[in-house]
Amino acid sequence: MKHLLSTADLSKDDAILLLDTAAQMAATQSREIKKLPTLRGRTVVNLFFEDSTRTRISFETAAKRLSADVINFSAKGSSVSKGESLKDTALTLHAMGADAVVVRHHASGAPHMLANAGWLDAAVLNAGDGMHQHPTQALLDAFTIRRHLVGERSGADPVGADLAGLRVAIVGDVLHSRVARSNVHLLHTLGAEVTLVAPPTLLPVGVESWPSRVSYHLDETLEQWQPDAVMMLRVQRERMSGGAGAFFPSPQEYSRTFGLNARRLALAPDHALVMHPGPMNRGLEISADAADHARSVIVEQVANGVAVRMAALYLLLAGGDDSERNTQ
Amino acid sequence: MTPGTAVPGSGPGSTTAPAPDVPTGVIVLGEADIARALTRIAHEITERNRGAADVVLLGIPTRGVTLARRLAERLADVEPTFSRDRVGELDVTMYRDDLHRQPTRAVGVTRVPVSLDDRTVVLVDDVLFSGRTIRAALDALSDLGRPRVVQLAALVDRGHRELPIRADYVGKNLPTSRAERVRVRLREVDGVEDAVLISGRGGDEPAQAGRDQGVTP
Repeated sequence: MKHLLSTADLSKDDAILLLDTAAQMAATQSREIKKLPTLRGRTVVNLFFEDSTRTRISFETAAKRLSADVINFSAKGSSVSKGESLKDTALTLHAMGADAVVVRHHASGAPHMLANAGWLDAAVLNAGDGMHQHPTQALLDAFTIRRHLVGERSGADPVGADLAGLRVAIVGDVLHSRVARSNVHLLHTLGAEVTLVAPPTLLPVGVESWPSRVSYHLDETLEQWQPDAVMMLRVQRERMSGGAGAFFPSPQEYSRTFGLNARRLALAPDHALVMHPGPMNRGLEISADAADHARSVIVEQVANGVAVRMAALYLLLAGGDDSERNTQ
Repeated sequence: MTPGTAVPGSGPGSTTAPAPDVPTGVIVLGEADIARALTRIAHEITERNRGAADVVLLGIPTRGVTLARRLAERLADVEPTFSRDRVGELDVTMYRDDLHRQPTRAVGVTRVPVSLDDRTVVLVDDVLFSGRTIRAALDALSDLGRPRVVQLAALVDRGHRELPIRADYVGKNLPTSRAERVRVRLREVDGVEDAVLISGRGGDEPAQAGRDQGVTP
């Protein structure tokens, strides 16, 4: 692995290695001294062209816990707002000797461009690009599911385990969601079954070619398909150019048909997890009683995000296949 | 592998090439020797520490963990103050100083049975070579607690230290040249009879990545 751009490129072995490494990283985070010397002297640049709180802070925490130097770069207040191109930004980062670039961009494919255009030779980690991919989010979701549903059910250490036989419902704004795309591929690679639940207007063209089922009915899916985890997606109103009205009649109607609440949750199996990548629109796609339910692992997802990102940075940066990179 | 060099006794194109995990080389310690060495080390630990009430054994993966477990059994047999569950494992991967010179290593498990503060920690490893693994282990230990004393037990000391580190308990001192490889095979890990082997005297062995061989770049 040189870059982490998309969960579609991850083999099952790579995905399990990432989850196993994350489990060890998580174990170090319960110690009194959480910092590890592993990436001392390496430089990680957080290159954020789009607003983000938890992903940027999570990557920054992960890099710092591994003793890497972190440079935060956000498009606001930088030369990008003066019209600098992605290429020139990349060349600047190259000149500064970045070992890894964590990039979030509003254009799908921007991380792929950074990784493959030859502008810089750092490892590129996709932290969300347009409506395409958000691989570390999918990995932390898989890690959370594995820890709860494989680890606790068998009572054994889930190291090396996949998610075979588990059912995950992904509910909501699939059309605009890079989290959904990343999760569908990763969960499929790990052997889980996925059902996408959304109104037809919020499903992308070509969704039938994805390795997942599609349903238009949340109640029916929860009751009849009995998912082990229910992953709610944020309704991304900022990406809905015609306003919310272009995709569903009203927020109230969306909430009534596709929102998760305690009544709906009771239809799912007793062990079913409630997940949300955040930030939540409470009262729209998820009600407060579902978000704060005992089966909700939403806060834990954030904590697991640090461990998963530490694992990704470790696996991309610690090895020495390309040690020349640092000597320049 | 250098072209043209062959394993002694096998001609070019030999049909019986050994499988990668079947050890070749000269056996210097057999199963009984290893058992005797571990029993002696267990006695030395209790002698040096006047009992084993505060002793915690920490094995360094992979084979150090197995050796630590065997040592714990023996220690519990000879010393009633020691309980068998005071044995753990200490993964040092993230503390190594050669990470960027080698392909990425998988991170192992670190499991510490009790708080290490004010205890006597005995690190257990299979082969003591450059001392760099032990340096990493000392760094890892200091992040886990503050032991009163740290001691080191190694099944084999093959010399060629690169750091001022020595073992407190040694199963066997084995004079070697740098070109040779020392391998430890243990039943629990390798599924074959316990043995310590030396190979590569003529440079006849292909390099095989592995921490236990004490390869330094």
